[in-house]
Amino acid sequence: MKKNLVLFLAVILLAIIPLFIQKGSEFGGADGEAQEAINEINSSYKPWFDSIWEPPGGETESLLFVLQGSIGAGFIGYFIGYMRGRNQEKDKKKGKNRYAVNR
Amino acid sequence: MKNSSWKVFYFIILLLIVPKKAAAMHIMEGFLPIEWALFWWGVTTPFLILGFRSIQKTVQENPETKMILGLSGAFAFVLSALKIPSVTGSSSHPTGVGLGTILYGPFAMTIIGTIVLLFQALLLAHGGLTTLGANAFSMAVAGPIITYAVYKGTQKIGWSLSLSVFLSVALGNLSTYLMTSLQLALAFPSEVGGIIASFSKFAGIFALTQIPLAISEGLLTVIVINFLRNHNLDDLKALRVFSKGVN
Repeated sequence: MKKNLVLFLAVILLAIIPLFIQKGSEFGGADGEAQEAINEINSSYKPWFDSIWEPPGGETESLLFVLQGSIGAGFIGYFIGYMRGRNQEKDKKKGKNRYAVNR
Repeated sequence: MKNSSWKVFYFIILLLIVPKKAAAMHIMEGFLPIEWALFWWGVTTPFLILGFRSIQKTVQENPETKMILGLSGAFAFVLSALKIPSVTGSSSHPTGVGLGTILYGPFAMTIIGTIVLLFQALLLAHGGLTTLGANAFSMAVAGPIITYAVYKGTQKIGWSLSLSVFLSVALGNLSTYLMTSLQLALAFPSEVGGIIASFSKFAGIFALTQIPLAISEGLLTVIVINFLRNHNLDDLKALRVFSKGVN
């Protein structure tokens, strides 16, 4: 599990380092850039279909993003707990310590 | 050829200039001409059918692995909700479909990836319904197929589990965004330089931001696979995740 901890730290660092080397940037997630590029290549192109519904503002949008993330995270938490419990149960029945084998 | 060295030069310059505040996301609603939107829907549909069959078959053979399918879906949900800052000064999100590809095969993830995209198109105005076919092809068909091929290939030549998982997921993530660039380039060829010039332009926007995120997704997937190897070894064997024995 120590290896996992190191990997986790690496992921966090990868997300934090850009905040320091790109100071002043807002890290916008705007899809505008590709949109602009399309406009440069073909200025006459007009999107022919609009989103049928859009979040009214940034707050609602972040709410929905958080919702999406927490639905997933909730299941992952459940999964980890369930598997841990199941394995403990199994080990008790078998009467052996599986961790000694798997290291 | 002189011409092609110019293109490389142009590409490098673009990589340096363009991505400063770019964002790598899916193709926006209405931003593919209708014939291309229909084309990509047509290409993706057979994979969706394959996906349904693949999930059905795996669940019938190994009903106990349903939890792992749920985990794959949950993982994709979480990861694609995380907009992570990247070195280019913009944010993008991982795809999260690599894990399920390794566990459940590439076609099962076509379904799960499309569900995630549908959620984002309907509720978040990210991507769109008309562009869902194209976005599903890049994220839920092309990405998983690359991941699967690289994973099986590196396993065959005897790489360690962690290394194969990391490389295959990272490459699958990158190829998703290269595919997106190609889709945009095909629909919007540049007047000077045609498809190639457009491709380098879009790839400059999409792909460079994605490199650190591809690494992050690779690492996160290795973490989950490590957990599964410790706690769900039997399930992994039932899903034939390992080519030969456990390494």
